[in-house]
Amino acid sequence: MSLPRLLAGVRRERPLSLAEHEQVHGPMPRVGPDLIELIADSGLRGRGGAGFPTAVKMRTVARNRGPRSVLVNAAESEPMSAKDRALLRMAPQLVLDGALAAADAVGTRSVVIAVPRDPAYPLAALEQALAERAAGRRVKLVGVPWAHLAGEESALINYLNGGPLKPTLVPPLPAERGLARRPTLVQNPETLAHIALIARHGPGWFHSIGTASHTGSALVTVSGAVRDHGVREIACGAPLAAVLDSAGGPLEPIRAVLVGGYHGVWVAAEDIDSTTLDDESLARHGGGLGAGVIVALGRSACPLQELAGTIAWMASENAGQCGPCIHGLPALAELLSLLAAGQAPRDVSQRLDRYSRNLIGRGACHLPDGAARFLGSGLDVFAPEIAQHDLRGRCSACLRPPTLRFGVHGHAHSRTAA
Amino acid sequence: MSWQLDVNPIACAGHGVCAELFPEWIELDDWGYPIVDRGDIPDELLPHARRAEAACPKLALALRREAAAVAARNGSSRR
Repeated sequence: MSLPRLLAGVRRERPLSLAEHEQVHGPMPRVGPDLIELIADSGLRGRGGAGFPTAVKMRTVARNRGPRSVLVNAAESEPMSAKDRALLRMAPQLVLDGALAAADAVGTRSVVIAVPRDPAYPLAALEQALAERAAGRRVKLVGVPWAHLAGEESALINYLNGGPLKPTLVPPLPAERGLARRPTLVQNPETLAHIALIARHGPGWFHSIGTASHTGSALVTVSGAVRDHGVREIACGAPLAAVLDSAGGPLEPIRAVLVGGYHGVWVAAEDIDSTTLDDESLARHGGGLGAGVIVALGRSACPLQELAGTIAWMASENAGQCGPCIHGLPALAELLSLLAAGQAPRDVSQRLDRYSRNLIGRGACHLPDGAARFLGSGLDVFAPEIAQHDLRGRCSACLRPPTLRFGVHGHAHSRTAA
Repeated sequence: MSWQLDVNPIACAGHGVCAELFPEWIELDDWGYPIVDRGDIPDELLPHARRAEAACPKLALALRREAAAVAARNGSSRR
């Protein structure tokens, strides 16, 4: 009933062996196709960002004809997220339990795990975990570019099928036509780990914590102006303030908290106490828990620099396929940098508003929608700072190093704690 | 069953012919890419929609009857 669930019994310094893993969680039952209805009853939704109901994906894959596949999307390409790699580093067997059970449930033996080609990735833990079990032989590890787009499932599948790492038009959904044109169940490591525990303990156990609409527990990566950065497991619906406190509390007065990562929203300091970490509460701010990224922005930071840097990074990582992204993101990045320098055109607010609105629903994938959500929320919450920059130009905090990391190479993994 | 217009954003190169032929339904953004109304097209405007669809040099515009397909692709409605 209590936490931690996914992180039960883990050690920071090394992964749990198969024997240790089974001591902590018990043996994995063979559930077969019945697993899909257990997952449906649990209310589990994907923990990769989009929050799509896991059972719906599983049903679609199971319903489609021909050979199928399971693809574990371990790219974790959000720079401020480290929870999937933390889970694979400490509890790889739990993820494998879930991946193999999901494969059984949808009727395939094919499991592919896509890992980023990042020298610091916990690949050894995963390889060791695979070597410990016979079924490990039917799991294939594949390296993918360490780039923002690798997390976008249609781009990932396009790449694995021999194409460029660029999103494709959906439909067809991966669940209809994915890896090697097979119906493919794409899930992130955390979601599969939850599946492994639901198979053991049942749906009632799973939703005995969390809220009615956002069930179970979730991994979050907490960073920014708090004392202890790292990955934590929370009950969905946990108070945001309590999660910040569990990270050692603020290092300085907080201006706002980014929840949900670079496709998420900013929660102003005065709203922290009324915000809980579930999609219903976060919808009031226009967002959701997403992949569980939580970044506290201190008052000593310049919010405009954070917005400008992030949008510039997104512009540099865009696939170069759809007009709204190709033109909209660089134009937004330039406006924000002009604004930060006190050189903005007179109609800067109207243009920021129009350019970001015109990203929504106009790309092949949802990355532009996420950028618009992140920026729109930032422009709203940081309106006073933006007005000050427009009036006075650069602020004293503009030259400080930013809190947000703009790029996968500054990944949060180096400061991951359990 | 009613008709809707759908643009394939990967194929679209921003020629803007569609907005000239069907301004009631399509406007252009700051860079000349179409912003298409996702609503049901009234019967009296259908000929204009067909003309816009046929004139796109990239074949990026498509009239569709299945509301579900459009919703699945875009996740949310544009307007």
